[in-house]
Amino acid sequence: MQLVPYIVAYVAIAIFIVAVIARFVMWSKMPLHVRWELYPVAHEAKKAHYGGSYLEESEWWNKPREVSLLGELKVMIPEILFLVALKEHNPKLWIRSFPFHFGLYLVIGCTVVMMGTGLLAAIAPELIAGGFGDLLRYVILGLGAVGMALAIFGALGLLQRRLTDPALRDATSGADLFNLVFFIIAFGCAFASFLIVDRDFAITAAFVANLVTFNPVALPGMDAAFYLPTISAALLSLLVLYIPLTHMSHFVGKYFAYHAIRWNDAPNLKGGDQEEAINGMLVRPLTWSASHIKGDGTKRWADAATEDFSK
Amino acid sequence: MKRSISIKDISKGTGPLIQITAEDQIPLPPPYDKPEFDPPIPPLSDKARENFVCLDDTVALNLPIPKTEKEEEQLVNQFLSGLEKCFSEDNNWTFLQPLVMSMEHCAKCQTCSDACHIYEESGNNPLYRPTFRSEVIRRIYHKYIKKASTWVHGDIDLNWKTVARLIELSYRCNVCRRCAQTCPIGVDNALLAREIRKIASQEMGIAAKEIHDDGSMLQLKVGSSTGMNKRVVIDNVEFIDEDITEMTGIETKTPFDVEGADILMLHNAGEIMAWPENPGCFAVLFNAAGLSWTMSSDFAAYDGINYGVWYDDVQFARTALLHAQAAQKLGVKKIVLGECGHAHKALTVIADKVLTGDLNIPRESCMPVLLDIVKSGKIKFDKSRNDFPVVLHDPCNMVRLMGIVSPQREILKAVVPEHRILEMAPHGVENYCCGGGSGFAIMSGHNFADWRHHMTGRRKFRQILNAFQNEPMDQDHPKYVCAPCSNCKGQIRDIINYYDAWEKHGIYYGGLVELMVNAMVDVKPGFIDWEWR
Ligand code: SF4
Ligand code: SF4
Repeated sequence: MQLVPYIVAYVAIAIFIVAVIARFVMWSKMPLHVRWELYPVAHEAKKAHYGGSYLEESEWWNKPREVSLLGELKVMIPEILFLVALKEHNPKLWIRSFPFHFGLYLVIGCTVVMMGTGLLAAIAPELIAGGFGDLLRYVILGLGAVGMALAIFGALGLLQRRLTDPALRDATSGADLFNLVFFIIAFGCAFASFLIVDRDFAITAAFVANLVTFNPVALPGMDAAFYLPTISAALLSLLVLYIPLTHMSHFVGKYFAYHAIRWNDAPNLKGGDQEEAINGMLVRPLTWSASHIKGDGTKRWADAATEDFSK
Repeated sequence: MKRSISIKDISKGTGPLIQITAEDQIPLPPPYDKPEFDPPIPPLSDKARENFVCLDDTVALNLPIPKTEKEEEQLVNQFLSGLEKCFSEDNNWTFLQPLVMSMEHCAKCQTCSDACHIYEESGNNPLYRPTFRSEVIRRIYHKYIKKASTWVHGDIDLNWKTVARLIELSYRCNVCRRCAQTCPIGVDNALLAREIRKIASQEMGIAAKEIHDDGSMLQLKVGSSTGMNKRVVIDNVEFIDEDITEMTGIETKTPFDVEGADILMLHNAGEIMAWPENPGCFAVLFNAAGLSWTMSSDFAAYDGINYGVWYDDVQFARTALLHAQAAQKLGVKKIVLGECGHAHKALTVIADKVLTGDLNIPRESCMPVLLDIVKSGKIKFDKSRNDFPVVLHDPCNMVRLMGIVSPQREILKAVVPEHRILEMAPHGVENYCCGGGSGFAIMSGHNFADWRHHMTGRRKFRQILNAFQNEPMDQDHPKYVCAPCSNCKGQIRDIINYYDAWEKHGIYYGGLVELMVNAMVDVKPGFIDWEWR
């Protein structure tokens, strides 16, 4: 019985990793597409602040192109951490969505610190025996408690808005509601476990430490209050498993939305490395049926594009 | 007839789902804030209602109502077939990744709605939400192509009305991508509108007549959507040269087919017909600056339009190739696009992933070229000749979709007194579409032009009126809307005429090069004579 939460957690983490990698691979392997950028493009070093681009320069193809990674980071980091676009364009939703997302980040941070502490305890127990260990435990306590509270508050707010705003309600599916309810139940259960039986996260931290050290033993205190921590661990694991299988995997998609589409302004210079890929696209067959195309599966894009209608 | 409409309603009932009345709309700013100055949208004729698929009491496509069950089924099956092809790497390599991204990740938060001028000017009617059509196509895709759970993706009935109304609805979006700019996830509802148009055109042979038959097809058959052939273009440009010579006092000649010139100048041929002073001004400026340039009389190369960007990737590629081939034949160093936003984006950005090898000839906007002319000092400008209020309109294709924001402003500062230059709120990459984007500027069947003025062009008109708020609003005090794009000019012309804004309030419009030539010291004063329109 003591193995069950460990097995569920291992399976969940494995599925999460595989699903996220699969999504990354799927997105990366998509064929080249036409340019469809949207300004401001953050890596335009001196022009991003007003949305300008290298196309403002005469004979831009003869000039070195400046791509500022710092510019991208300056937009990406606040966007990821604070959902800046949502704050600017939809503040009512932001006051719900931001705590939800930030709470998740804190809980993820808390889990990472638990993992690190667990590993340290296994490798160099003397390191965490004293003040440093206490500090880590306080960090875990702070991140976990605040993170869960924020995430629950945010998820409840998002659910309330989804149920009461007619515009959101019309576009909401059963699964959209289920996702939020799932979050609320899983985090609610974990928060209850924290308040009732695991006030210093010692049980949870021990569980995570055992996970990373592959030591699936019964936890201290589990006998006394077995159900809440176990159910919480199982529910959170299932949540980890579930997220990448749904549209909540938008954290992967968003990367591509920005880097492969919105900010993808890399020009196809004559004789450059893009030409070969483009030529590969132009020889693909097409089957569009309208009378001005008549794609029959043997006609290629290049054939269709060079048809002469003037005769 | 404002009523709450739900996504599933698209499959239900007959006739229009909604109708926008004067009460639904926010009043315009002064001097148009009284109902008598703001006529309501006239209803669609009974005949049109009987014969054509109706979405919202206007008609863009003249889609006949199917007469038999077989016709109904055909409409549905063709749509599904096209939708499936949109997800094929071969058929839709052009947009597959952006499409999948936008289909999969919408959080349905409706943040994008408030960015859309059409939604807001409709009085927030749900039908015009950027997400409405996206959600319909998403549900059709998941339920009928992927056979996925409706509990996960939402339910929808698929019948001929769903398909026909959805296609009409794809022509209620300017594809300006302002909504995409605000999406926290990166979803692009404009792209989905365009993909629906693509399914209709590329698979079902359905498109707005003005854009396809009288637009891109005419260009491919005759050489220009204006219907002009080579001979007519050369004659017309000769007339323009004569007129411009007389108006400016500067002998003007537009070079044609000069092999080895540095620049192939590509104008929207609509300019030659409707605003001849615009290509004339380019000739004056380029000649005065001593540029090596030419126009081409080669097939389709005297018309820079490429309507395919609005609805059809194949039509797009065909036209882009013709433009590049003409440049290759002349052996020019680069192609420069005149004041036409969609032509800018088409050939510079989108065709970037179509043209290779010898056809991969550099393309650039006229804006940096004109700015270089200003900076070169070869032409002397006298700003005091443009001593009237000038407000700059930003064409979406140039700013939001290409990042060309600053050169036009620098040019204005060089030819207009700075205290006379006004900005719209918002402007630059956050601008609003003129209302003519994605082909609307040339679409006027039934009451569509009225709908357009009230729904898509209203925000721009509001911005123009707000910008001139502190100016005397009569014809003795002319005010200039500078719109450096043919389509935008067409839309702004139409809305100025619709509200009689020149006669009553002195609101005038034109391009950027006209202001430059008007300020040239070597040009006879009074080049802009306020009588062109
Ligand atoms: S497109 Fe973006 S902004 Fe609009 S509803 Fe979807 S996620 Fe929200
Ligand atoms: S692209 Fe423009 S017109 Fe179309 S939905 Fe978005 S904001 Fe509205």
